[in-house]
Amino acid sequence: MTISYDDVQSILKIIDSSALQEVHLELGDFKLVVRRHGTPGSAPAPEPSTSPPRETSADKASATGTPSTARPAAPRSSAPRTHGVEVKAPMVGTFYRAPAPGAPPFVEVGSKVNEDDTVCILEVMKLMNSIKAGCRGRVAEICVENAALVEFGATLLVIEPLP
Amino acid sequence: VKRVLVANRGEIAVRVIRACRELGLETVAVCSTADREAAHVRLADRSVCIGPPAAADSYLNIAALVTTALGTGCDAVHPGYGFLAENASFAERCEEHGLRFVGPPPSAIRAMGDKVRARELAAKIGVPVVPGSDGSVASVDEVAGAASRIGYPLLLKAAAGGGGRGMRIVRAESQLLDAFIGAQAEAGAAFGDPTLYVERFLERVRHVEIQVLADAEGESVYLGERDCSLQRRHQKLLEEAPSPAVTPTLRSVMGEAALALVRHIGYQNAGTVEFVLEPATGRYYFIEMNTRIQVEHPVTEMLTGVDLVAAQLRVAAGEPLGLSQADIRMRGHVIECRINAEDPALDFRPCPGVITEWRPPVGDGVRVDTHVTRGAPVPPFYDSLLAKVIVAAATRPAAIDRMKQALAEFVVQGVPTTVSFHRRVLEHPHFVTGRVHTRWAEEELPAAGGAS
Repeated sequence: MTISYDDVQSILKIIDSSALQEVHLELGDFKLVVRRHGTPGSAPAPEPSTSPPRETSADKASATGTPSTARPAAPRSSAPRTHGVEVKAPMVGTFYRAPAPGAPPFVEVGSKVNEDDTVCILEVMKLMNSIKAGCRGRVAEICVENAALVEFGATLLVIEPLP
Repeated sequence: VKRVLVANRGEIAVRVIRACRELGLETVAVCSTADREAAHVRLADRSVCIGPPAAADSYLNIAALVTTALGTGCDAVHPGYGFLAENASFAERCEEHGLRFVGPPPSAIRAMGDKVRARELAAKIGVPVVPGSDGSVASVDEVAGAASRIGYPLLLKAAAGGGGRGMRIVRAESQLLDAFIGAQAEAGAAFGDPTLYVERFLERVRHVEIQVLADAEGESVYLGERDCSLQRRHQKLLEEAPSPAVTPTLRSVMGEAALALVRHIGYQNAGTVEFVLEPATGRYYFIEMNTRIQVEHPVTEMLTGVDLVAAQLRVAAGEPLGLSQADIRMRGHVIECRINAEDPALDFRPCPGVITEWRPPVGDGVRVDTHVTRGAPVPPFYDSLLAKVIVAAATRPAAIDRMKQALAEFVVQGVPTTVSFHRRVLEHPHFVTGRVHTRWAEEELPAAGGAS
């Protein structure tokens, strides 16, 4: 049995318009698990690591200090414009798109990702938490600017699931 | 200091934000997902959601708070009361990251946080302490040994304690074993430290506490006392100042005792030195020091005209106090009633819900500190304090009358509150004549029936 990308989209739409919190769908080899935000396990599990992506403390000061003074408004991520699986911040932290300053970002819009791929880092007091994609798909949107503080539960990226 | 992270919620977060505004400081509020629409979030210049409703994951999350403070460009952190206000590690962490902690130095928090050590320090400098064990007690035999010296009834207390947890009254040796095991278990569960110590249990005492302020230069003043004898299970419900049991001479003696302790431990910022007072003899005994702003601080503010939260922020910024003891004047009489979402008819059970109607009293000499508005939820995750009604008047009887009127005006619907309890207390002859003690509300008020 095969299932197309469009099929997944329509399944998601149906689930979205219902009150269901969690859906497990199995059709032969195909298995789809959809959980709403707030349901246990919905946030991608962070993997703490102690290796800092940035070396100097001067870098750190500019990375954490600058965005705030430039933007006194609330640091909420912009609401996602695209449809798909939202990767949410499992903690408050500073959002980084790359493992180190100057290094290529983990993902760009259009990148294909697997469930366990790291898509970004959230730094909490020098502790680097790798955030996983949580599903197989294509990055449809990156909702936060690099080095911005993000709230708990903020949408970081949107991923279009792929079969 | 230019921008302050307010690491708290509820009425105290609102109070701190207002004080910051008056001083021209910017504010960053933090909230859990249960508090997204809360008053402190609306009032602050900026807000950051730091975690789910459980306090351990949000308001007690040190890493999240420090990250938020740094990420929003704050240079100071005000902890309010409760949560992390007396957590020395939090204060240290703030300082390590260049954030001013609006409170005393971590060393002072630690010295007073260990109640056994605090007692020893007070005794060492000649401040009277309740007769009790030398240091902590490790076994029932040690308690029995201390008891043979100090006599029954005695009080088992947690060294890391507070809020009445890990506390047991023992009236006879036969109760000792059960009480010891119970208190130890409770202290271990509540504070992660089962260490106990023993004090003689003093009957019919008043709870009288001295408000102090100290700056980095070593200047310190006391701002009179607050009488918090109206308690239930060690939870204060009504506070007043001056205390009906404190004479001007006693006030200056207790004030100087409090300042001796402040100077000895190098205390800075606002703090409260708590005593029990035997009204009949005028004997007073140190019990502990709270190294934070307290819930009942507005009583002192109304009495002296000193804005304690603003003073906290100035001291934290390194400014001198600019006050000498001669500047501290007390005018009239002040009473505060804590309005909690609790049902007095059901043993003061906390009652979460939604406030469907909310009309707090207003008028001359009436102050209401609150975060509640009509439609506001009372979440089950945090304490049940809805508002503090504070009245000032020229005399104690006038203050009692003013409070009665204020509470009669107060309309709250949606949850039961402690308003009815306070109205009963204010009518009771024992309260009116100033003859209550710390166990009166539990032991004597219920028996009084409809005392009004």
